Amino acid sequence: MNHLLRSLAPISDSAWQLLDDEARARLTPALAARKLVEFAGPHGWTHSAANLGRTTPLQSAPCEGVNGLQRRVLPLVEVRAPFEVSLAELRDTDRGAPDTDLDALDKAAHHIAVAENIAVFHGWQGAITGISEASPHEPMALGDKPDMYPQPVAGAVERLLHNGISGPYALALGGEQFQRVAQTAEHGGYPLLEHLHKILEGPIVWAPGVRGAIVLSLRGGDFLFDSGQDLSIGYDGHDGDVVRMYLEESFTFRVATAEAAVTLTA
Amino acid sequence: MGFDQYHEPPDELPPVTRTFARLCASLTEEAEAIGWYEQRIAVESDPEALAIMHDAQGEEFKHFSMDLEALLRRTPAWRHIAQGVLFQAGDIVEHGDQAEAATFDSDGPGAEGATEDGSLGIGSMRGSAR
Repeated sequence: MNHLLRSLAPISDSAWQLLDDEARARLTPALAARKLVEFAGPHGWTHSAANLGRTTPLQSAPCEGVNGLQRRVLPLVEVRAPFEVSLAELRDTDRGAPDTDLDALDKAAHHIAVAENIAVFHGWQGAITGISEASPHEPMALGDKPDMYPQPVAGAVERLLHNGISGPYALALGGEQFQRVAQTAEHGGYPLLEHLHKILEGPIVWAPGVRGAIVLSLRGGDFLFDSGQDLSIGYDGHDGDVVRMYLEESFTFRVATAEAAVTLTA
Repeated sequence: MGFDQYHEPPDELPPVTRTFARLCASLTEEAEAIGWYEQRIAVESDPEALAIMHDAQGEEFKHFSMDLEALLRRTPAWRHIAQGVLFQAGDIVEHGDQAEAATFDSDGPGAEGATEDGSLGIGSMRGSAR
């Protein structure tokens, strides 16, 4: 048994399967960041920091005749989204009920996916520098008319090309912006989504938590996600009515090439 | 160039399945190459040529292993069975039967989780978005 303590939960194997499947189904559409950035790991729960390959000079030394450097690392963050599941619901699942109430799990999955997206795309104060924070490019206005989106998206791609950042490029769209794109056809009926694909030569991703949109290069080596424990369901405790559980992961993220992304403001 | 790694019309397949099929095709090709080198090594007598073939076959071992690991990471049931079979001493067929039964005859991996670390096994999703 590992730190997730899953074996201690009063849950049958089939109920565990249901919970894991539900979490996976809810998480995968919303995990925009790991669809676009490079993912290393998972390195496990004991993995605590990413190597930066950098050092800080030390002002003092233990004795004469030597000098020292201290390695700099980027510590991982732990993110946890707690939720509860009714024991009665799980017992009904074991009886074959097809409509188990897993709303709390669904919400927790959404929260942790949004947290991951925000940390990667916008940063986490004191812990992670996000893509939009790091980008040296002046943000471009996306505007509120979706049929005008190709202009700033093409402008962002041109700016990346101008800075020697090759494609293909991806577009991470906040929830509201994605909905606008998906339902918009330009003059003549051509779907906006297809027009944007042609500009980017890469994917367009629904990224809940993202403010506005971000155009970034997918050429590789620019954005690095370092996973410790990958997304998991753990057991916290239970009483006669509910099981207290959580979704958890540990990770960090760093931008290797800040110029490889352009922010589009809403 | 053909696209015969797809058994179904590619346009009807989601990107994640197309990637899965490409990895399966790569795995097959690496296994074939390992077999071809094995045959060449068996009949070659020139020491220099043999050394090159051994080195090349080693590359194919690496490629095969990487393809396999990538596929296992994406397929919890396959991974679960593989964990019961690979690197285990004893009767391979027996291990296979037991691992298959543990995966499909039970209600799933249950409290152990689908992966070795108990995680949901999501990992990298790069390349899955269109």
